[in-house]
Amino acid sequence: MGLKQNLHNLKEKYKGTKMAPAFNAIHTFLYLPNDVTHGGTHIKAADDLKRTMNIVIMALIPCLIFGMFNAGFQHYAAIDNSLRTDVLANFFTFDNLWIGIIKVLPLVIVSYAVGLVVEFIFAVIKGHEVEEGYLVTGMLVPLIVPVDTPLWMLAVAVIFGVVIGKEVFGGTGMNILNPALTIRAFLFFAYPTWMSGDKVWVHDAVNRVGTADAISGETILGSYAQSQEVVYSTWDKFFGFIPGSVGETSTFLILLGAAFLIFTKIGSWRIIVSTFLGAAVMGFIFNLIVGAEIITESSKFYGLMNAPWWEQLLIGGLAFGAVFMATDPVTAAQTNKGKWIYGFLAGFIAIMIRVFNPAYPEGVMLAILLMNVFAPTIDHYVVQGNVKKRLKRTKVKTA
Amino acid sequence: MSKDIRIKKGLDIKLVGSAEKTTTAITLSSVYAIKPEDFHGIIPKLIAKEGTEVKAGEALFHSKSDERILFPSPVSGKVVEVIRGARRKVLTVKIAADSTQEFKDFGTKDATKMSAEEVKDYLFASGCWPFVKQRPYDVVANPNQAPKAIFISAYASAPLAADLDFTLAGKEAELQAAITAVSKLTEGKVHVSVGANSNSPLSKVSGVELHKVSGPHPSGNVSTQIAQIDPINKGEVVWVIRPQDLVIIGELFLTGKFNATRTIALTGSKFSKPQYVTAIAGATIADITASNLDSDNARVISGNVLSGKEVKVDDFLGYYDNQVTAIPEGDDYEFFGWNKPVFNKISTSRALTFSWLTPKKKYDLNTNTNGEHRAFVVTGSYEQVFPLDIYPMQLLKAFMYKDLDEMEALGGYEVAPEDFALTEFICVSKQPHQKIIREGLDLMREELG
Repeated sequence: MGLKQNLHNLKEKYKGTKMAPAFNAIHTFLYLPNDVTHGGTHIKAADDLKRTMNIVIMALIPCLIFGMFNAGFQHYAAIDNSLRTDVLANFFTFDNLWIGIIKVLPLVIVSYAVGLVVEFIFAVIKGHEVEEGYLVTGMLVPLIVPVDTPLWMLAVAVIFGVVIGKEVFGGTGMNILNPALTIRAFLFFAYPTWMSGDKVWVHDAVNRVGTADAISGETILGSYAQSQEVVYSTWDKFFGFIPGSVGETSTFLILLGAAFLIFTKIGSWRIIVSTFLGAAVMGFIFNLIVGAEIITESSKFYGLMNAPWWEQLLIGGLAFGAVFMATDPVTAAQTNKGKWIYGFLAGFIAIMIRVFNPAYPEGVMLAILLMNVFAPTIDHYVVQGNVKKRLKRTKVKTA
Repeated sequence: MSKDIRIKKGLDIKLVGSAEKTTTAITLSSVYAIKPEDFHGIIPKLIAKEGTEVKAGEALFHSKSDERILFPSPVSGKVVEVIRGARRKVLTVKIAADSTQEFKDFGTKDATKMSAEEVKDYLFASGCWPFVKQRPYDVVANPNQAPKAIFISAYASAPLAADLDFTLAGKEAELQAAITAVSKLTEGKVHVSVGANSNSPLSKVSGVELHKVSGPHPSGNVSTQIAQIDPINKGEVVWVIRPQDLVIIGELFLTGKFNATRTIALTGSKFSKPQYVTAIAGATIADITASNLDSDNARVISGNVLSGKEVKVDDFLGYYDNQVTAIPEGDDYEFFGWNKPVFNKISTSRALTFSWLTPKKKYDLNTNTNGEHRAFVVTGSYEQVFPLDIYPMQLLKAFMYKDLDEMEALGGYEVAPEDFALTEFICVSKQPHQKIIREGLDLMREELG
């Protein structure tokens, strides 16, 4: 009773002041507010935006924990390749987790701290409540960057992403581009050497360049792009014992998260299914092209085009993008029909860019950002269908 | 030929406190009140000044736009107070009731022998016209427009709604007389809808097209039925009359008296004995709820929990309402209420909310908003509870940014605020949908006529 009453008194004290949004953000984190309905419906369903966002974070937690172990595992496995022969015995070790704790957790902390500070500042300046959108963005960002990303770089990118990607449009619910992907894209274009290449995906690989202890940090996509042999088994790819961004490697856990999101009705199954579908179709088309010998081994696109279409779904960031990025309800298409089109094109274009991008063999981020821009257009035409139906009804009447 | 209406999209909100099927007559209140705001869009011009003696059915005020539309006193007595607000707008007209009620005699009529104009004039004179409402805009009907059809929904699907089969029982003669009369008002049909397994007295009346309705709320909303039977197009008007008002119209034709006595359901968990009572429109809430109500921290609503109006016990029963609901206020904090599993609230998601496990359970919901107001974020949820062929979020946004072309194109003529009650109930962003729709419809009415 004591805490509740004290907080209530403080809330009354801050009411109407500049600091009210900042205080309320903390207060409503602890307690569901005592607001009652006025006008309109007298009762309300149990869900609010905090609960919704919390479900997405819960779906991401397994990916984060796995990513922490994987950060260590990829580091040690790059030094001693024999560790890969018995993955299960060598994966869930404290040594691996320790690398995760010193490399991945700081990414999470910096992402949340910087992002929330920006959110609080904007809330206080603009006098609106602190919105929950960043709770998810803050968790997504550390999962889609390479493990060795410098923290200052992440901080700069988060500030850019939150301010330019979201706040200038009016905050959560108003943005055009997915904020997490905006942050990722900023990093990608501003600091390409830290975001691409064959060294950044495994902890410490960059520091060891040119030394006797040099290790490779190549991703599977990188290997394909250079038509090198891929050493990982299909199960490694599916369960995620491979190099890559922190949280994107385990297709298994991502699908688990997808099942949770779909079951709780928070994530759109239409977008998830159609994104995978679009990617599979594009991958299959590339397989056909290779099969028809239009592209031969001498082509620089051969390696990636020749990858089996189903493998395109397991590697890189496609699964993570389909489940956690494309489904952002604010930036995705908002009509059910539109979601099918939006998801399909996002997957389709992702694989297309992945294959044809000369600098960086991945396209999920750019494809989803591109579709974010086109989502309102897709919705417009879907809604026009409804409008036309209505107009036709009138014409039939008057004819 | 009747057309059955079956809808799948929607949500039945099951609450504790449905009315037991016994009826108690409420003794006459000492004061009754008519509030012009119950008649949305009407600007009142006062006829009966303070101190005037009126009989039941005698006009208190008329509409500024059409002085034929009279608003009658529900009881006989003396106008004791006219409460005015800003710019002398009439807010409430209070009438102290006589101990013996006198009715103004309008003379009995046989509707079969009357023309449309005669029926209209009779309804004007007796103050029964405000029972006729129109779509688009959900306001008192404009008598100068010809409706393409008249719709009557005798199926109540709203939470804890009064069972119309029960409240209308024994009113066959009145209903038939009223149907015969109002069917003169349209060239088109009179559509009556009843529940699929109902024994409504309205299923036996002649001169109507009968529809059987099934499915979750809002299947009983008249917009849902209009959309399935004969959707409203631009330039068209339909009229809507509630069955409980038909009884009053019918009684007028049969007896020549305006008798605004209704059977009212007292519902909700704050009533110790939820049941039916008979009371006159405009009665004092305290008299209706009497000793039945546990008023400690209660929200008393004239109407249902979705679209009704908050009232205090010394307020008055809404003019059109046949239900009073009382539920607990939810003005308390809940520790980590936003992330802990929820078993005692309703949700259409499964976001650690478990109402999907117990679809038959009755809930005791309070008035807490369960979260704060936010911008629209979640998509695709409204569609699951919204049976009209309209994009609800797109329409709401068009209503918010007031683009008249879009409001019209997206289906603004086909909706009433109550159609957005369920989307408002489930809204994660806690947006005031019904208010948005009401304000948008007012704007459309002003600009597009």
